[in-house]
Amino acid sequence: MHHEFFVSTVFNHYIVNPIAGLFGYHSHHDILPAHLVMVILIFLGLTIFSFIVRSRLSVDNPGGLQQALELISSGIMSLTEDMTGTDPRRFFPLLGSLFFYILCGNLLGLFPGFMSPTSNINVTASMAIMVFFYYNYVGFKANGFVKYMAHFAGPALMIAPLMFVIEIISHCARPFSLSVRLFGNIYAEELIIGSLNAMFPFLVALPVMAIGLFASTIQAFVFIVLTMVYLGGAVEHSDHD
Amino acid sequence: MIRKIGFFALAIMILSLIAMPVYAQGEGTSNIEVHYLAIAMGIAAAGCGIAQSIAVGKGCEGASRNPGATDTIRFFIILGLAFIEFLALLTFVVVLMLQ
Repeated sequence: MHHEFFVSTVFNHYIVNPIAGLFGYHSHHDILPAHLVMVILIFLGLTIFSFIVRSRLSVDNPGGLQQALELISSGIMSLTEDMTGTDPRRFFPLLGSLFFYILCGNLLGLFPGFMSPTSNINVTASMAIMVFFYYNYVGFKANGFVKYMAHFAGPALMIAPLMFVIEIISHCARPFSLSVRLFGNIYAEELIIGSLNAMFPFLVALPVMAIGLFASTIQAFVFIVLTMVYLGGAVEHSDHD
Repeated sequence: MIRKIGFFALAIMILSLIAMPVYAQGEGTSNIEVHYLAIAMGIAAAGCGIAQSIAVGKGCEGASRNPGATDTIRFFIILGLAFIEFLALLTFVVVLMLQ
């Protein structure tokens, strides 16, 4: 499945290749693959969007956009507080940016001429590996090295060697499952839309795109909820010991 | 009645499994693997569908018995559906890798 995306070609031709030429690397082909171009577009779009929204924030006269964003962020905050049991403002920068980034990435694929960057496993794996390192870092910081390692060993000393191996494997499966879940959903959706469009253009794929609209939001939500669960599991052990 | 239909469906499935190499040989190139991958994906989708319908059904049951807990139940249904879906997606990824 290699498509030429107009946006990606233009971006590579006018921005990436001249910059690479400055450093002495000349190429007639596209240097950045399409999903990285889409990631950069989302990054730029979200940054500009957040600066514009921040300059328009007001306490006395909140607009509709501000209210919608406040609803989403307060929802994420209260959910984080329920799941982790600590101050949600500590984890909100990670969780909020993951949510908006994944949501935009999933929804971008529904526009003609663009692709979802999350339909490439490298993009989803980058987020999942970052989450993996972050929650382990939080766990080490909250509990200390020995206590966090002791939590891997399970409750009883007798089965500790067995439990340790099982826990290590299950923790290593987490980034894999996070990345494959997001990638599989979005890639399957794009594949179905593409094949339906090949069979009968425009009309037949519309219901699938409506489902895709729904599934994109659900997948972004599930990703951050699982991140919250992992963070909660890493943090909570300091309380009841 | 349902049992009869199910029996016939099973028989047709097994017959088509046996007959598949015959079809594939007619095309000249052997792309038998692609058919088996489709069957694997179908089995995974069937199991995923059964499991998800059980989960959603039980969730609706719980929500109708205790409407106050609807938000919690909805949250756990969505989380559980994501976990169930993951098993079908694993098959999907294996199919993509073998394709």
